[in-house]
Amino acid sequence: MIGDLIHGIFLMIWRTLTDQPEAKSDFLAVFPTAVQPVVSAVLTVSPLLAGFGLLFALTTLLERKGLGRIQNRLGPNRVGPCGILQPVADGLKMITKEDIIPRTADRVVHLLAPIALVVPTVLAFAVLPYGRYLVPMVNDAGILFFFAVGASTELSVFMAGWSSRNKYSLLGAMRAIAQMISYEIPLIISSVSVIMIAGSLSPVEIVQAQGSWLAGGFVPHWYVLTPWGLTGFIIFLISSLAESNRSPFDIPEAESELIAGHLTEYSGFKYALFFLAEYFGTFAIGGLAVTLFLGGWHAPIEALEVIPSYVWFVLKLMALVSLFIWIRGTVPRLRVDQLLNFAWKFLLPMSLLNLIVAGIWHFTAVWDFPCALLVRWALCAAMIAVPYTLLGRALNAKRNAAHRTYRYAT
Amino acid sequence: MLGEGIIKGMAETAKNFLGSYHDPERMVTVQFPEERLPAKEAARSFPFLVFDGQDAEKGLRCVACQICEKECPPQCIYITKSKDKKPDYVGKAQFYPAVFDIDISVCMSCQICVEVCPFEAIKMDNDVELSNTDRFGGLLLNKQLLAKPNSHFHKIHPTEADEVDGRLAAEKAKVEAKAKADAEAKAKAAAAGAAGAPAPKPAPKPPTPPPA
Amino acid sequence: MQFAFAIIAALTLVSGIAAMSLRNLVHCALCLAVTFAGLAAMYLQLHAQFISFAQVLVYIGAVAILVVFAILLTRSGEPVTHPVVHSSWIVGVIIALLVFGVLTKVILSSSISSAALHPLPPKDGPSVREIGNSLMIDYVLPLQVIGLLLTAATIGAVIIAMHEPKISQPPASTPRVNGAEVPHASGHSAELTHHP
Repeated sequence: MIGDLIHGIFLMIWRTLTDQPEAKSDFLAVFPTAVQPVVSAVLTVSPLLAGFGLLFALTTLLERKGLGRIQNRLGPNRVGPCGILQPVADGLKMITKEDIIPRTADRVVHLLAPIALVVPTVLAFAVLPYGRYLVPMVNDAGILFFFAVGASTELSVFMAGWSSRNKYSLLGAMRAIAQMISYEIPLIISSVSVIMIAGSLSPVEIVQAQGSWLAGGFVPHWYVLTPWGLTGFIIFLISSLAESNRSPFDIPEAESELIAGHLTEYSGFKYALFFLAEYFGTFAIGGLAVTLFLGGWHAPIEALEVIPSYVWFVLKLMALVSLFIWIRGTVPRLRVDQLLNFAWKFLLPMSLLNLIVAGIWHFTAVWDFPCALLVRWALCAAMIAVPYTLLGRALNAKRNAAHRTYRYAT
Repeated sequence: MLGEGIIKGMAETAKNFLGSYHDPERMVTVQFPEERLPAKEAARSFPFLVFDGQDAEKGLRCVACQICEKECPPQCIYITKSKDKKPDYVGKAQFYPAVFDIDISVCMSCQICVEVCPFEAIKMDNDVELSNTDRFGGLLLNKQLLAKPNSHFHKIHPTEADEVDGRLAAEKAKVEAKAKADAEAKAKAAAAGAAGAPAPKPAPKPPTPPPA
Repeated sequence: MQFAFAIIAALTLVSGIAAMSLRNLVHCALCLAVTFAGLAAMYLQLHAQFISFAQVLVYIGAVAILVVFAILLTRSGEPVTHPVVHSSWIVGVIIALLVFGVLTKVILSSSISSAALHPLPPKDGPSVREIGNSLMIDYVLPLQVIGLLLTAATIGAVIIAMHEPKISQPPASTPRVNGAEVPHASGHSAELTHHP
């Protein structure tokens, strides 16, 4: 029995590492049938949580050191060699801090808010394909599930802002919810263009649809390399920055604007949970961007498919996270009205246009004269670039301010 | 075009990021306890007492005139004059401070004590690593802690130290010249007095007033 | 399976009752969100995954947010002092029972409940492709009507939220007819100066 168990564990680890199907079956066969679903669930969830927890710690360190180097300074480098143990120190600090709750705050809702944020965010990890046979939940409507749990996070932001009985928290929560709702629409519409072309809401099938190569195995069939895919990817990235409240869209938690907004009255472990949920949200949306646009766990060149699939997923995810950190170090914070104008007046029309162009790309796929691909690319790119320029110019034009009358106290 | 500024900005930050690994201009961090920036000459933190030579007791310039104690705005200097005198840099016998305490938790580094000292005895130090575990007695610096050699003064404020040394040397030269002139006049008077006995006494000259 | 249904149903009922009877309005709104989640869980039990996720997305992600925004912006979040249950509660119960009876009769006599006429859906619920097909082919007219309704609602919201441009007013003296003032044509006369 013990021998079977150990053998099962070894097979599980070996098969996961080498991209083979049915990794857990030998290990699960040791257990009675009634217990098997529970064990299977535990085996699926624990590496996910542990892995993303480790990635979270690494990303906080990477962010601080990366931002430091961008700003001509070193990041943290005292706690371990090159500051490797800094996340450990941060974690210890967060856990041992006193948990202060305002006297008039609504204690139950105040406690539930971080939990109500972390649970949907972790749920969102369930549908992403991390490797060839590494999907926690295979679902026909996986993308819809992802967006549904993403929408549930807004309620917790409200709970946090309301229960603190603090006008800054309330203002911050209102702005945060307005921002998240506004940017959900370009997010979803830009992913609808991918869903339309791939023909399925299941992330597994979307990744499989991107699994071929052109030009002798050198040009992957990823959607980001099509004009509508590139536009969709950029819109998706901007919206995902706004959804996870990262700079330049971090008005809800900006220290100089609203004293941390809806997080003002949180300290210690609850704040750590909010922080964790924000980073997990970034990973989840980054993972979805990788799945939808960057070909998931496929390698860019066919010859490199020998490298296991989860390595590619992690590499692409880390590339996206580095891009987010880079943007954070570069762009100043947007004001809340600029933010909302950008979402409704620019991103929404562009994403709808992207849908149309995706359809045109799909229906012109039947062209087969020589260099049809280039012609299609040029046509679709022009159809996106011209309205982009015109819309950008129209929105940037100087707005005439109304005549203002001032009454001075004399 | 929309978005052009962001792309340019991202190129600039990328340059910063990559340059921070090899270009000293793009990595301006000085890791404090291991490396230090050189202090500027006019930097000042708290006062110290200057002594000439090697011995802090004998060469201390301070003569306990207590002008700095009276002029100090927060009154953080505590001086007790000694009972006896010791010779100063020109040889004249002066008092010296038996107790000279400065409370650096009160001192506001205004430099008034330096400005009013007629003996160039108290100058501004630039040491800032003065943390102490005792926040009452530990920040009351006494004479032993405050007395530092003139070479230290030269090291931290070279131009000022040179100027002070020049002034003190000029003073010393003047005093020595005056002493030499007095000695010569006295020797001449003694020689004239000794030579005046055998010769007939000349008509008594009205006493000339000494040169003012 | 029955056990899971019992738990979910109990949760939904309890949070629904709590949503009506709690004193603090925000607590009521949050219990309403829990009710919606309970409904979504019941849809999942019936293998209707698409509906379940759509329920979470629309109800919890949008309707509950709308409810809390309404509470936020009208400052009715302070706990009420009068009793929660109205004095004439029996009338409410009677009306609710009547509506329940009508709905039950309608559903039981409709074609949905006579399972013999319709083929059962596959064991794991209809696939998204089948839902899409039936929406676009069998039920395309209701879909377009709903789309029209949503468009009208969106345009209405935009119009209400839009700042009205200040129409230039005629000079101060309004024409008098038979000693009475002619009522001003535009309704903007009471509009204060607005910020651009």
